[in-house]
Amino acid sequence: MIKFDAVSKNYPNGTTAVDALSLELAEGGITVLVGPSGCGKTTTLRMVNRMVEPSAGTVSLRGRDIREVAAPELRRGIGYVIQHAGLFPHRTILDNVATVPLLLGWGRKKARKRAAELLELVGLPATMAKRYPYQLSGGQQQRVGVARALGADPPVLLMDEPFSAVDPIVRGELQAEFLRLQKELHKTIVFVTHDIDEAIKLGDNIAVFRTGGRLAQFDTPERLLAHPADDFVAGFVGQDRGIRRLSFVQASGLPLREGPVLPVTASVAAARALDEPWVLAVDAARRPLGWAAVAGLPVGGTLADVQLAPLGHTFSLAGDSARAALDAALLSPSRLAVGVDAEGAVAGVADAYELSAAMTETTTVTPATADTPATADAAVAPGATPGAAEAGEPAGEPGEPGEPGNRPVDGGAGAGGPRVTGPAGAKGGEGR
Amino acid sequence: MRDGEPLVRWVWIGDHLGELAHYTGVHLRLGLLPVLFGLIISVPLGMLCHRWRWVYPPTLTAANVLYSIPSLALFMIFVRYTGLTERTVMIPLTLYTLSVLVPNVVDGLASVPDPVRQAATAMGFGTVRRVVQVELPIAVPVVVAGVRVAAVSSISLVAVGQLIGQGGLGYYITRGLQLDFPTPIITATVLIMLLALATDALLVLAQRLLTPWARGKGAKA
Repeated sequence: MIKFDAVSKNYPNGTTAVDALSLELAEGGITVLVGPSGCGKTTTLRMVNRMVEPSAGTVSLRGRDIREVAAPELRRGIGYVIQHAGLFPHRTILDNVATVPLLLGWGRKKARKRAAELLELVGLPATMAKRYPYQLSGGQQQRVGVARALGADPPVLLMDEPFSAVDPIVRGELQAEFLRLQKELHKTIVFVTHDIDEAIKLGDNIAVFRTGGRLAQFDTPERLLAHPADDFVAGFVGQDRGIRRLSFVQASGLPLREGPVLPVTASVAAARALDEPWVLAVDAARRPLGWAAVAGLPVGGTLADVQLAPLGHTFSLAGDSARAALDAALLSPSRLAVGVDAEGAVAGVADAYELSAAMTETTTVTPATADTPATADAAVAPGATPGAAEAGEPAGEPGEPGEPGNRPVDGGAGAGGPRVTGPAGAKGGEGR
Repeated sequence: MRDGEPLVRWVWIGDHLGELAHYTGVHLRLGLLPVLFGLIISVPLGMLCHRWRWVYPPTLTAANVLYSIPSLALFMIFVRYTGLTERTVMIPLTLYTLSVLVPNVVDGLASVPDPVRQAATAMGFGTVRRVVQVELPIAVPVVVAGVRVAAVSSISLVAVGQLIGQGGLGYYITRGLQLDFPTPIITATVLIMLLALATDALLVLAQRLLTPWARGKGAKA
């Protein structure tokens, strides 16, 4: 789809922004370019729509050298979203979104109709159409920026740190919304960020750049976390990549055991008879209610009479990741993670040791694939390997779970209390 | 002033209403056409200065030097070519507006946020289209601020043109001095001030209508 062939960008003052980059981006996927500042990721992005002309090499779009097309014409077919939205302050929201259709000569009426559809698509109320950009919040402006980029339904979207200038909560919303949109639209997206967490969350494939405009690694997020090509990538990806790659492991594959589960109507004597330090009380539908410490049980009565310790949180076999499961184990008073099925009924329990043993099995990749952590010489989108998308995995990686384009499993909270998991825990250890 | 002569003889004003209206019209023409011409010159000149920054300092210096030449001297120079006509007044007044308008056009274009310019380019605006449809409209508030200053000063400067017989309401000032008769002097002066104020108010109103998007500026961001 988008192919960089030995592309370099040198400036007259001697700096090299991009150095002999060869990269092929798959159609219909999100490719994230990530790296420290000055690594050439934005320059690379801008070479796609000729905002920057390469000093050497060629960039081609669908097999065609982009220099064959006049720059303005090329750009009308490529959506572009930037950090501060860059909305036209003198035009209404509706007219901002209608910009490219108007440039393409659609006529005002048709362009505005299209713009109204796009506003709806990005989740903005129709009442905003007549407003001016200064009347919108940063997050809303960014949504308009996305809508505007989609104006003429371009097959390619370039996004340059589009969510960096908004607060973390809004950023999370925008990211989720963005993934939802992409599921619907299947655009070929090139996304620049300096935030590795964002890259891992959004990318089907990630290109890690190092200072000096060299490609350090081009791979799927899972493989980037599991097999960083070198110390630079390992450092950039962060200290806790072991934990974070669990986001790509489905909780449904984890082994659970029955564990000390009793209906809340069971007698205290029955709980003691299990000979376990903690007993999980469940209701009639096997939904978990809480943990009872056996040492603190009264002499008689049922579990219903006992003050239960809160669950911490449970994890869902239907949607959560192994990361949520491990977190549940760590937060549980009994040190046992409670797995629930789609109905919220207890499916079983496991402690952190049992979980980690299972994760090691499921995430281990045979070292026979030493050729795959692609480097600058011949980087081809892992997802673009012929047949790979259908087959699930390239040959030689039988142990790797999930599709190449797998995203972190981000299920809702389990049946238990508030979720405490999330990227917050990962912030401290980032090697930037 | 003669003894017993009041500052304003209202009867005189009543007798000269038609004439006053005529000279007011002439005064407006002499004061505002130069602003229009100045704008027509300043916009391309300012765009040039914005595009090639090295053009700006010499251009600004030239405009300021022009502004420093006394109007009387300029009138005398142009009288040789354009005679005792309105043009002889309007040409210097046009030149005077440049020292205000050129920097305002340059500042106005510089006020276009960089992301906006980039977004326009990235969406496929050609250079001309980008300037006309995006950059100039965004420059309007700053340019209008310059136009207000230029218009007010131009309107008050017109009276000097009376030295070559083309001063709009300035006519009454010289007449009043010659006749030692204060009424026309005061009437003309007040009228000129009112014209300047009214023009300024109209420009503010025009800008409000022209740029509804700029109202929240400063309050946010």
